[in-house]
Amino acid sequence: MSAANESAVSYPTKVADWIGEPRYEVVGGFPVERGYVWTACASVENGNPLFWDDEVAADLTGGPIAPPSMLSVWFRPHFWHPGQAERALPLQVHFDLKEVFDLPEAVMTENTVIFGEPVRPGDVIRTFQVLKSVSEPKRTKLGLGRFWVIDVIYLNQDDAEVGRESYTGFGYRRDEQ
Amino acid sequence: MTSARRSDEHSRQAVGITAADLYEGLAIPPLDYDVTATTVVLGALATRDWRPMHHDYKFATERNGTQDIFLNTPNQAHWFERFITDWTGPKGRLGQMTFRMKRSVFPGDHMRLTGTVDRVELDDTGCVWAECSVILTANGEVATTCAVRVAIPADHDDNPWSRSGDRWVPNQAA
Repeated sequence: MSAANESAVSYPTKVADWIGEPRYEVVGGFPVERGYVWTACASVENGNPLFWDDEVAADLTGGPIAPPSMLSVWFRPHFWHPGQAERALPLQVHFDLKEVFDLPEAVMTENTVIFGEPVRPGDVIRTFQVLKSVSEPKRTKLGLGRFWVIDVIYLNQDDAEVGRESYTGFGYRRDEQ
Repeated sequence: MTSARRSDEHSRQAVGITAADLYEGLAIPPLDYDVTATTVVLGALATRDWRPMHHDYKFATERNGTQDIFLNTPNQAHWFERFITDWTGPKGRLGQMTFRMKRSVFPGDHMRLTGTVDRVELDDTGCVWAECSVILTANGEVATTCAVRVAIPADHDDNPWSRSGDRWVPNQAA
């Protein structure tokens, strides 16, 4: 079942096949909308005029944009929609790795977000996930497990990259498990 | 609002810092906020995060084993963005943020964001960057650290938002 990848880290062949492969493409369920922009700004009392004043937005960004930190908002699924069979999990690759390595617990240890072209009202955001790496088994104070790095790439309807997230996760089994 | 007053207000709002205001070691003005259950729930809903540990006290305490519902990571990103752009003004354009979570932020916590400019650099495209270290504490304990790379106008005529394609390199830092 095990295979060796180029860096001599051993793991199942199907995990080796996942590395570098775009998976789980998701198209946002609704176009980017200003109502959500204002709700997000209100949640942290962000008075940046770029998001509240159309003249400032016209001057600086050629029209309204969404706060860059809202990147992940635009592809999160509705809590329910007609015909829904099961709830989609964000960052599915993370859960796939937990399952394939039989690691019941996991934490995210680091999250980097890189912001590209501005996101604008009316944009439809498309994402996919790419497994970048998986470590050899490591022991930490949480237990024995593996670290993995997953990138999430965000594109708009013109295929322009509006952002990229990189998650470092640690899947593990507690010593008593 | 009259057009003259509107224009004055518009000019004031669009003003912010420039590269001339930057130096290494510069302290960013702190932001203080008392977190309530509403802060946490509003933040979760604003980020479309329906997971119960961010709105359901019984789930958070009995299933997750935490002391209360807690602020989710995407909403913390909103707080960091607000903290940075309160300082830069609207021309400040975020390039990159890296978070490290240390402990959760709960209702009843006093949240304080502080930050320092660690480095100022000019990239190959002529864009000025401030590399900042930001710390979010809850009741004095470090909850989240965030490394932020934000583009700052070189002068009052410059606008980082006008950059696109090859002229926007948000992750060039080593």
